[in-house]
Amino acid sequence: MKLLLKIWRQKNAKTKGSFVSYQMDNVSPEMAFLEMLDSLNKRLVEEDKDPVAFDHDCREGICGSCGMYINGHPHGPVPAITTCHLSMRFFKDGETVWIEPWRAKPFPVIKDLIVDRQAFDKIQIAGGFISVNTGSAADANSILVPKKNSDEAFNSAICIGCGACVAACKNASAMLFVSAKISQFALLPQGRIEAIERVRAMVAKMDEVGFGNCSNTGSCEAECPKQIKLTNIARLNREYFKAY
Amino acid sequence: MNKILFSSISKKFVMALAGLFLLMFLPVHLIINFMLLKSNPGPFNEAAHFMATFPLVRIAEIVLFCVIIIHITWGIMLQIQNWLARPVGYVSGSKAETSFFSRFMIWTGAIVFTFLMLHFFNFYFIKIGLVAGNPEDFYSVAHNLFKVPAYDYIYLSCFFLLGFHLYHAFSSAFQTLGLNHRIWTPVVKVIALIYAILIPIGFASISITLWLFR
Repeated sequence: MKLLLKIWRQKNAKTKGSFVSYQMDNVSPEMAFLEMLDSLNKRLVEEDKDPVAFDHDCREGICGSCGMYINGHPHGPVPAITTCHLSMRFFKDGETVWIEPWRAKPFPVIKDLIVDRQAFDKIQIAGGFISVNTGSAADANSILVPKKNSDEAFNSAICIGCGACVAACKNASAMLFVSAKISQFALLPQGRIEAIERVRAMVAKMDEVGFGNCSNTGSCEAECPKQIKLTNIARLNREYFKAY
Repeated sequence: MNKILFSSISKKFVMALAGLFLLMFLPVHLIINFMLLKSNPGPFNEAAHFMATFPLVRIAEIVLFCVIIIHITWGIMLQIQNWLARPVGYVSGSKAETSFFSRFMIWTGAIVFTFLMLHFFNFYFIKIGLVAGNPEDFYSVAHNLFKVPAYDYIYLSCFFLLGFHLYHAFSSAFQTLGLNHRIWTPVVKVIALIYAILIPIGFASISITLWLFR
């Protein structure tokens, strides 16, 4: 396959970036998207040029670090997968592929396609946890949880915090992320104890770091690689009203 | 306290409540407007007189004005924050599958607001004496306006766009208030669609009838 890549290149947070074109002539359809970028970087290093900086870690769709905006979609055009699971067979021979970093004020570009997602960490630190005594693990059946609740809590907990919801939202809102983190605790008895403090602190921090407001467009749900549902946002709103 | 009142969720909560109040007001206005179709100006003028003089309606009018101002002010405030949250946009745009109407709420809202100003100029300003006209004969004022084709074009275009605004607003308000339900949310969306079609058609039908057949 032949592809024309248009990649956002930016030296650091203080400099202005621009798109740079790279012609790729020998892309195998069996390649993963990140492998394709690896092969580009190999070529750039051999040419004594600066390789494209992009975040990646597990390459198994778990860590959420490989976020990049590909042809108008966070994590590329295939639903419910991360960039590391994106295969080149989903692209057409001769296609132009635009690759951009997440765009949001709280996610400043560090270099090229890497953004600083500490804003999410700050929200998590504000209240995305439960306080328990350390020691040996408690018996699994000591607190009974209805199956429906445990399933819903799990479906919220699978959020990997990649930031695709922010990237997809026209308002750069982090409501889907925060709502998933609130829901995974709100649905379980262990999480109810600190529910009020948690929702107050996490929403305050979300606002403080500068994310936009949810306008219920649903693009976050449509683009989330883990298919986190909008019902979480309704639950977050309920939890917030209950807290005051 | 300010953090609570002006948090992102609180602002949206206020927007949703104000929006739902306005959604309830529109059918009332439409029912009164249907009296314009009668050849006798009496019922419409009596209704207009009642709305202008009955104390409870006057209180409701003040509430309505406050709600309109809050809805617009909060809407602009939220939109500015949203624009600030993404100072640099995407060159490849957004290809996410989203609700089409939800993307243009600020613009459809701005057009509806412009029409509202025109509406105030044509009717409310007469009532409060800022513009010359007979406040006891709004029937004739409305009939004369609908005889002007340019006014009809503006009127119909604005209600067409209002339909877009209402469709997203209706279901979005429920989601913002936390009322999302596996069974009831799809029902709310159907009601929103019916409402967003019927209300503009109702207002437009009066304009078209008076324009073409009177």
